[in-house]
Amino acid sequence: MDMLHIFLSAGLWAAVLRIATPLIFGTLGALLSERAGVLHLGIEGIMTFGAMIGWLTVYHGGDLWIGLLAAAIGGGIFGLLHALLTVPLGLSQHVTGLGITLFASSLAYFIFRLSVPVSGTPPTIVAFQVLHIPVLSALPFLGEAVFSQTAPTYLAVLLALGLAYVLARTPLGLAIRIVGENPHAAEAQGLDPIAIRIGAVVAGSALMGMGGAFLTLSAFNSFFPTMVQGRGWVSIALVVFASWRPERALFGALLFALFDAYQLRLQQVVGKAVPYQLFLMIPYLMSIAALLVMARRARVPQALMQPFRRGER
Amino acid sequence: MRLERRSDTPLALTLAAPVGAVALSLALAGILIAIAGAPVFEAYHRLFIGAFGSRLAITETLTRATPLILTGLAAAVAFRARLWNIGAEGQFYVGALAAAALGSEAGLQLPGYALIPALLVAAAVAGAVLLLVPLLMRLRFGVDEVVTTLLLNFVILLFVSMMIEGPLKDPLAFGWPQSVPVVADAMLPRLVARSRLHIGLPIGVGLAMLTWFVQSRTTFGLESRAAGLNPRAAAFAGVSLTRILISVACLSGGVAGLAGAIEVMGVKGYVTTDLSPSFGYTGIVVAMLAGLHPIGVIVTALFVATMFVGADGMSRALGVPSFIADVIVSLSLLTMLVALLLSNYRIRR
Repeated sequence: MDMLHIFLSAGLWAAVLRIATPLIFGTLGALLSERAGVLHLGIEGIMTFGAMIGWLTVYHGGDLWIGLLAAAIGGGIFGLLHALLTVPLGLSQHVTGLGITLFASSLAYFIFRLSVPVSGTPPTIVAFQVLHIPVLSALPFLGEAVFSQTAPTYLAVLLALGLAYVLARTPLGLAIRIVGENPHAAEAQGLDPIAIRIGAVVAGSALMGMGGAFLTLSAFNSFFPTMVQGRGWVSIALVVFASWRPERALFGALLFALFDAYQLRLQQVVGKAVPYQLFLMIPYLMSIAALLVMARRARVPQALMQPFRRGER
Repeated sequence: MRLERRSDTPLALTLAAPVGAVALSLALAGILIAIAGAPVFEAYHRLFIGAFGSRLAITETLTRATPLILTGLAAAVAFRARLWNIGAEGQFYVGALAAAALGSEAGLQLPGYALIPALLVAAAVAGAVLLLVPLLMRLRFGVDEVVTTLLLNFVILLFVSMMIEGPLKDPLAFGWPQSVPVVADAMLPRLVARSRLHIGLPIGVGLAMLTWFVQSRTTFGLESRAAGLNPRAAAFAGVSLTRILISVACLSGGVAGLAGAIEVMGVKGYVTTDLSPSFGYTGIVVAMLAGLHPIGVIVTALFVATMFVGADGMSRALGVPSFIADVIVSLSLLTMLVALLLSNYRIRR
């Protein structure tokens, strides 16, 4: 197998979708929040908490979907905290977000350590299994490459398309976008910028929680600290790369995952000639590169990071 | 009901903010301790004994506070000029790596009195350069430095891992991934016999005082504060924002790099990928609790170190997971933000 042959293996493309899934959830969540004008650096911690609470729910006998729901609710609660501090109180979105990340992840570790005794091998659950779709999964190549995923992956793709539609074509999406561009104009239109911002942050945080839960309920079957590995920060970079548009976020997440899946296989080809850490750096370096290229070109929501206070300009 | 900015905040209120924030987060964490099935007051008593109950405990707490003073200072200096340096963790590691590489047998062949200052300077330069990269990206390309500094932390940790499994690997460590040790001459002198406490502590305290002096008594200090408070007005008054931000980045990244070198040369003697139990990120909490005041950083670093060292004792005695310290510290960042708001604004009906 040489460097180009890798692209012809269906396994690569199946891995791309799998690796992209938590990034799709995370990017959509951060995007929704930022579109309403709130930067959400709580994402890394919320993904960690979602991974933990989703796993713990299933470990204690819950259904896998209940686990995913628990992660969404847990994410939403931290999102509500972030929203209350940054929207009505107008606190620094940077520092509050980092505080949420530190708080959510340390609470996740605390609850995990409290509920699961220390042991050599982490306990496991039965994770989501591949969902076979009639006809499509039986297609040659495509069946294996695209239609052999677990249910949350399909859900992530559908959510990306759904969010793209809602933001671009519905009154709700228009309301969210106006609030992110000019909250005073939104208020003049009879909208409530504070309520809309809180709603967008909470909904976005629920998506982040689900992205974390995908790691423990589908990609792996156990929880361990630091497993999110900066996926939240990569998602924040992907939002810029996607110019705050959900359909581009889907593309961006897939592109990143392609590089990640490719480097994993490339490692096996080049063997020990190149230190494996260089390959592991690629997603982070790519995120930085994406920011460099897109930062000036992307259309930033005009009121991003600007707190809204009634009657103040 | 609305918020109205106070024209000036009384000193009592400035001091009450962190105290109130810490009290509230201890109370909230008390709920978690109760859920964990431990008596809350005894737990906090154990925490206090764990941090201050013996000579060893006190020196351990001070040893733990040393890198936190420096990373806290790194965040305080940067945040005051609205340079969002979240990369202190990475800067800590490049400083540590520089000290280990240049301080080993194969490194600089210098006598002790010259070796230690040379290593500290090298580490500060390494940390500063690492922060200049994202700063230049912000100035040239308009890239928000929060995300780039965060992402660089992961890159640097992988780089450290690559170095200590590759060129800097200690061949005598039984295959364990750790760097070559620094020579005995490069180790910082002990402050107290039969303890791990080293002269890094007075270095940190001295730097905090120096920073306070620079910020409050020099033109550069005034300009950097002005740049943070209102960049446009500062620029209009003839302050070069680029120059100020570059100086602030050198100071902030340099101090964080110094923290890494001091941890290697004062405590461990070599670099591993778990050298820092997130000193860099915790430094942000230290700085915020101190209201970004350099002298305050010394006090809040001591508080955070108390929580971490004390929680280990509490955990051993009562079985409460020691992650409770992380919960208390992170909660106090959030409560501090609210307390700062309440002390800077008054509520009007």
